[in-house]
Amino acid sequence: MDLAGSFTIFRVITPPTIDSMPQASHLRESFLFNRTVIHEIQRAAEEGIYDIRGWGSKRWMPHFDDLVFLGASMSRYPLEGYREKCSTDVVLGSRFASKPIMLKIPITIAGMSFGALSAQAKEALGRGASAAGTSTTTGDGGMTREEREHSQILVYQYLPSRYGMNPDDLRKADAIEIVLGQGAKPGGGGMLLGQKISDRVAEMRTLPKGIDQRSACRHPDWTGPDDLAIKIEELREITDWQKPIYVKIGASRTFYDVKLAIKAGADVVVLDGMQGGTGATQDVFIEHVGIPTLPALRQAVEALQEMDMHRKVQLIVSGGIRSGADVAKALAMGADAVSIGTAALIALGCNSPKYQEDYEKLGSSAGFYDDYQAGRDPAGISTQDPELAARLDPVLGGKKLANYLRVLTLETQTLARACGKSHVHNLDPEDLAALTIEAAAMAKVPLAGTDWIPGCAGKERKAADF
Amino acid sequence: MCGIAGLFLKNPDSEKDLGAMLAPMLETLCGRGPDSAGFAIYDATTPEGTFKVSLYHPDIAFDWQGLANELQARTGQPVKHSVNSTHALFHIAAHEAEIRAVLAEVVADVTIMSLGRRIQIMKETGTPHDVVSRFGVHGMRGSHAIGHTRMATESAVTTAGSHPFSTGRDLCLVHNGSLSNHSRLRKTLQREGIDFRTDNDTEVAAGYLSWRLQQGLTLQEALEASLQDLDGFFTFAVGTAEGFAVLRDPIACKPAVLAETADYVAMASEYRALAGLPGIEHARLWEPEPAVIYNWSRS
Amino acid sequence: MREIDLESTPVRELNRELHDSIAGTWRVLHPHGAHALAVGIHAPLRIEIAGHAGYYCAGMNQEGTVIIEGNVATGVAENMMSGLVHVHGHASQSAGATAHGGLLIIEGDASARCGISMKGVEIVVKGSVGHMSAFMGQAGTLVVHGDAGDALGDSLYEAKLFVRGRVASLGADCVEKEMREEHLASLTALLERSGSDADAKDFRRYGSSRKLYNFQGDHASHY
Repeated sequence: MDLAGSFTIFRVITPPTIDSMPQASHLRESFLFNRTVIHEIQRAAEEGIYDIRGWGSKRWMPHFDDLVFLGASMSRYPLEGYREKCSTDVVLGSRFASKPIMLKIPITIAGMSFGALSAQAKEALGRGASAAGTSTTTGDGGMTREEREHSQILVYQYLPSRYGMNPDDLRKADAIEIVLGQGAKPGGGGMLLGQKISDRVAEMRTLPKGIDQRSACRHPDWTGPDDLAIKIEELREITDWQKPIYVKIGASRTFYDVKLAIKAGADVVVLDGMQGGTGATQDVFIEHVGIPTLPALRQAVEALQEMDMHRKVQLIVSGGIRSGADVAKALAMGADAVSIGTAALIALGCNSPKYQEDYEKLGSSAGFYDDYQAGRDPAGISTQDPELAARLDPVLGGKKLANYLRVLTLETQTLARACGKSHVHNLDPEDLAALTIEAAAMAKVPLAGTDWIPGCAGKERKAADF
Repeated sequence: MCGIAGLFLKNPDSEKDLGAMLAPMLETLCGRGPDSAGFAIYDATTPEGTFKVSLYHPDIAFDWQGLANELQARTGQPVKHSVNSTHALFHIAAHEAEIRAVLAEVVADVTIMSLGRRIQIMKETGTPHDVVSRFGVHGMRGSHAIGHTRMATESAVTTAGSHPFSTGRDLCLVHNGSLSNHSRLRKTLQREGIDFRTDNDTEVAAGYLSWRLQQGLTLQEALEASLQDLDGFFTFAVGTAEGFAVLRDPIACKPAVLAETADYVAMASEYRALAGLPGIEHARLWEPEPAVIYNWSRS
Repeated sequence: MREIDLESTPVRELNRELHDSIAGTWRVLHPHGAHALAVGIHAPLRIEIAGHAGYYCAGMNQEGTVIIEGNVATGVAENMMSGLVHVHGHASQSAGATAHGGLLIIEGDASARCGISMKGVEIVVKGSVGHMSAFMGQAGTLVVHGDAGDALGDSLYEAKLFVRGRVASLGADCVEKEMREEHLASLTALLERSGSDADAKDFRRYGSSRKLYNFQGDHASHY
């Protein structure tokens, strides 16, 4: 424990499992008060403050894994790989902007701040995204030179804190993303602890070095969609109506939120499910606030369709996108694109087994590490320490990210072709079946082999109706 | 989230212009309230024992004359009525309880928008411009009015979900903001005998005021109590028989501007909505303080 | 001097013309509370607004001089980087919000949240300010000739606050501080630049007590 006032959280090494303990068959762990819970209660008793960590929700919840595709056979015909095209391009921001965003692939890099991440990591993300023909997004700390230089398409976040916000960067951006919230903490503000407030971060954010950053949870000069409409008007006026305006929300009352974002004038809605990651926030916030990506996505598409705005106001979805299967299923449910955060960092090397020794020194282990807030990341990604940050080669990192994005795209195309689609956007809820009752209810997709969608009456209520 | 407006005429000579002054206020607030609009106009007081009742039916071809005949037969008193689009204004000489009972018995799907001796509430879905045209607001007269343009947040865009909500005789409420504890409060008020038609948070606030007034509190006291009992963000404008009241919650994130001249007091969510009022260039302009009740009345 | 009448010219055209210019003076007639007037200026232009403006007047101003001969609604000079914005009347909420530089002068009162999240701007209010002013103020100076509402400087970082009148209450981590020679000197200079003949000695200084700079359990109730 750090005695100087600013705190650092360490997790104990996962204790040996019951299976590995000799003659342990009589031991019975409590479901409610298991070792993890015991550890947390005792940590709270020691430190007197809530647990802060990075990453997203770690617990199980219904997700895309519970959906499967109905591939072609007798009634539907697949497309040949390579020769028969399956297009992946997407246009974002066609509603009002004179310069909409054109992406080669329907996968973008989500907003993550310089501060939460090292400059090298931001550069790597920019390089990789540009190689793949997609965009990156700044975070709650402003736009760095590295990211603007290396990112061909850069979305500039406009957050409650307004750290580093300035009109020059606004004009340099390709799109503006007004952030109401994120999936890890809908209703919460940004957080960065003192050990990561380096000189450079402090200067960009106009904060004293080494303090624990407190952030507002509401925007300082507007509250509510009626005033958001006026704020969007202002941002359009400042940028001469050229750039698309995205509105990002953490998933909670998604149906109403999406409708209001549309009414307020958004070009694109970015929806982050509760599985979405964060650089630092209270564990209770991450695990207990928000709804999963699956039902949120369905609600968002229903809202768009009810307002006859589906595909006219585009929808980007994030929160637990890991593979081309997740991408394809999100698109099938009606998203125009997806965004990755945690997965992108993992592609760069986060939680890699090659740092196992370092993880153990920190009281963690490869595959378990989530202490982004501590700034001691062995992979050099979520740190401001120059020595650690130097471990990440931005050029190599960029190549890795580009590779990963390529795989995501190929996987998506594979699944789309199997369903007979020449464009990934033609994937449809009707191409899906659910493996569990929860997923069927949340996604409004019938349980595989049946017509049943819990909560929807009978045979006439097919998945494609929403 | 929405736009709200209030207009109180000090000078009786201006009463013929009330609608002409109110209409552009509502139309200017379209940007922050494009889904539906509504207003309450206060005009001549009915004779003792007679009430003005504003009724709504979604079918524009509804047989209002038939209803008037039926009411006349039931109450044994002449019933006057006039039709305006989907609404009709009835003058009925009977006790309030009897009026409500008879209406409930005779027609299932007619909604009472307002009941009182001076008030008439009309509200509909559509843009403020459409609503203002539909009802001919420009030609209306009266001593004071409050109005609302709606951007629906958490409940559906319906006529019933539009504001103003009537809280009692000659009383109504419009609201800009979003309450956070209305769900449980609704259940409490239902147990106290207050009826609700919609999921709208504003209807709960209106019901809360009704309830407090029924308990014997003055409007001032009821509004003071609401500061304790209602959670969330709100700017309220309350229409009363004699005038209107304005209240903002203590955090006061939702806007409000007031303007006063020798001839009127006006209130709106944005100055833009006041900019067309006569003599606005010389008006005293100010913002209501948070958690302070402002009240204007003829008496 | 170029005159633009908003009764016949849309706001979009006004702003486009201002964005395309590197010098000049404009007089904007009949603003009638319109929003986003003179936003995103990035050259030493002079704009006079002949009436009341709506939200975000002079938003993100850089090098421009914007004079409003009336009141302004929410967020005047929000995120200003440099230059001068001078409001002859009153300002509504969040005046000078998150602004990094420049000088914002308000002859009348400012409402709640004046200088919220300020990041280096100088704001001088000749009248009073409402509650939560300088909330999370990170840098810059707020000078209030009149009174300040509740929770002044709540969650304050390094912004400096000077108030001559009554402070209804101080926010979390905001305390009165000693007025030393250097503060009197810089305040005197600022008062002069803002056209005030007030005496710096009549003001009291407020700043952060810096107790919330590092998360500690004992202060949990302040978060």
